[in-house]
Amino acid sequence: MAQLTMIQAITDAMRTELKNDENVLVFGEDVGKNGGVFRATEGLQKEFGEERVFDTPLAESGIGGLAIGLALTGYRPVMELQFFGFLFEVMDSVSGQAARMSFRSAGKLNAPITIRSPFGGGVATPEMHADSLEGLVAAQPGLKVVIPSTPYDAKGLLISAIKDENPVIFLEHMKLYRSFRQEVPEEEYTIPLGKADVKREGTDLSIITYGAMVQESLKAAEALEKDGHSVEVIDLRTIQPLDVETIIASVEKTSRAIVVQEAQRQAGIAANVVSEIMERAVLSLEAPVLRVTAPDTIYPFAQGENTWLPKADDIVATAKKVLEF
Amino acid sequence: MAAEKNKQFDPTGVLHEIEEKFEMFQILNEDGKIVNKESDPNLSDDELTELMERMVYTRILDQRSIALNRQGRLGFYAPTAGQEASQLASHFALEKDDFILPGYRDVPQLIFHGLPLHMAFLWSRGHFLGSEIPEGLNIFPPQIIIGAQYVQAAGVALGFQKRGTKSVVMTYTGDGGTSQGDFYEGLNFAGAFRSPAIFVVQNNQFAISTPREVQTAAKTLAQKGIAAGIPSILVDGMDPLAVYAATKDARERAVNGEGPTLIETMCYRYGPHTMAGDDPTRYRTSDIDNEWEKRDPIVRFRTYLEGKKLWNEEKENEVIERAKQEIKDAIKQADQAPKQKVTDFLKIMYAGDMPYNVQEQFDIYTEKESK
Repeated sequence: MAQLTMIQAITDAMRTELKNDENVLVFGEDVGKNGGVFRATEGLQKEFGEERVFDTPLAESGIGGLAIGLALTGYRPVMELQFFGFLFEVMDSVSGQAARMSFRSAGKLNAPITIRSPFGGGVATPEMHADSLEGLVAAQPGLKVVIPSTPYDAKGLLISAIKDENPVIFLEHMKLYRSFRQEVPEEEYTIPLGKADVKREGTDLSIITYGAMVQESLKAAEALEKDGHSVEVIDLRTIQPLDVETIIASVEKTSRAIVVQEAQRQAGIAANVVSEIMERAVLSLEAPVLRVTAPDTIYPFAQGENTWLPKADDIVATAKKVLEF
Repeated sequence: MAAEKNKQFDPTGVLHEIEEKFEMFQILNEDGKIVNKESDPNLSDDELTELMERMVYTRILDQRSIALNRQGRLGFYAPTAGQEASQLASHFALEKDDFILPGYRDVPQLIFHGLPLHMAFLWSRGHFLGSEIPEGLNIFPPQIIIGAQYVQAAGVALGFQKRGTKSVVMTYTGDGGTSQGDFYEGLNFAGAFRSPAIFVVQNNQFAISTPREVQTAAKTLAQKGIAAGIPSILVDGMDPLAVYAATKDARERAVNGEGPTLIETMCYRYGPHTMAGDDPTRYRTSDIDNEWEKRDPIVRFRTYLEGKKLWNEEKENEVIERAKQEIKDAIKQADQAPKQKVTDFLKIMYAGDMPYNVQEQFDIYTEKESK
């Protein structure tokens, strides 16, 4: 087994599926010779040829339409949206078209499209690159939304996304691309969509989170441990559909929960998670479920982002409110 | 002045030169006379008759659809009268395996590609079974978002190209659609990949109420293809022979690997934009209506075919009666469709297993519906 970064695991997942399924096509802006602006498709064009891994003209809506049309001819498109902040340019193809392909054809057609896209803060991008827009797509029936937080999960989830018969938005947090390595098997393996992972077990408090906030939450859990609190950290991995079963099992065990997301309070999916807990486990709770989120502003200017993004300290502070309620 | 001093610097001149090249291509004039013999596609007698039958059939379908809509027996309907040549003669150049991405007015082409009539009615009424596309029928349900079909067409065309099939994709939009970003992106993508696509712009002069001259400074819509580097042609959209010849030519070049074509068909819709309350008298005068009715595609084609002894009143009445009967039967069949249930909708949301939330709601509604 190789020690891979998350972006290497992502490349490996695409390589695996390009090898296993001749209908898989990888395309987007600069993904060919250049290997993508983050090198996620490094070496793939060379290995699989220009017919299967190719550059497109610079137009996100066009790329989305291309994916839908290719799906209609039996291909399994893996399109790269260069940055998720460009979602608005392709929103009709994503939410208006791909999401309703099965529905509008009474189940006769489907769109097995994977849309990979880097997102997330903390890497000093210009504006419209770092926004956490996952809530916008998670709110659209017909889409699945996946956000891995580790190299191992990234490979298994991306392979599942590519194999899925429905459109899947696969969001890659830029800060996690090269932040740490992990053992990743060389062979094909899948992690089912819609299944959360308990990244750390505990009995006093459940932290439910995803994306880059998984690492911050694990840091917070360690700090809380020193104060004698046993904290469970759940990485949702798929935010649409939610793994309600795992969330509820954890909350019933700990009786206390907080939800942590990088997105603004009015965005993301934290409010959904809180609602699910209230509807299904309110009688297990010893304290209100609180949220740790970014404030409700536009994503900030690069030099200000680190004061804006939620951090382990914020998580500890909110956790204590709930633990001491 | 500047242009006179330095002829090389003449952007206006370049524009005028391009615009002047876009003369309207015509074969059969308003009087049903061939005016461009060398371009005559030389359709066989059977083909000529078949095309005429389809146009007459569609005119009746339009009249009946409007009546049915007024009786509350159809739902969303976008009238087609006036556009029969543009719609059916362009479709006439296609083969069975070619793929159509229609706009919402392009239901007749779908029917002649193989969509059962009662399904077209179910689609109009808003029943999911109207979109349950039969196996092997290469069509997409009518597109509602103006322009979205153009970018998707580029994708289907690229798919055909990669599969190495000898099929093409045909997509339709209107004059208003050429203002959309997706219009340019679709043309540009298909051009860049040299994919087998035919982009048809049915210029019926008004995007709902907005006249063609408000849409763009461009003198023709066809010339918009030039910027994308693809062959483009302006056709008399009331002339079935010209529309057919232009489409046939585009199709041949597409299957020969020569890439996409943009076809602008100059036509007119006699009726309202849709039957949902549009009143054309707010934006058109009867003078304009009368002007266009003189160019009617069915009238000129009838004259032409009568001259060739291929058509007469008896034949036309036969088609009319057949259309009326088939429409009646199809309405009856559409009436048989079961009442739609929430569980029907939940079932078609995803391919494969239902996600937990859908499954949970499916169980709840199954119980509710069993009562």
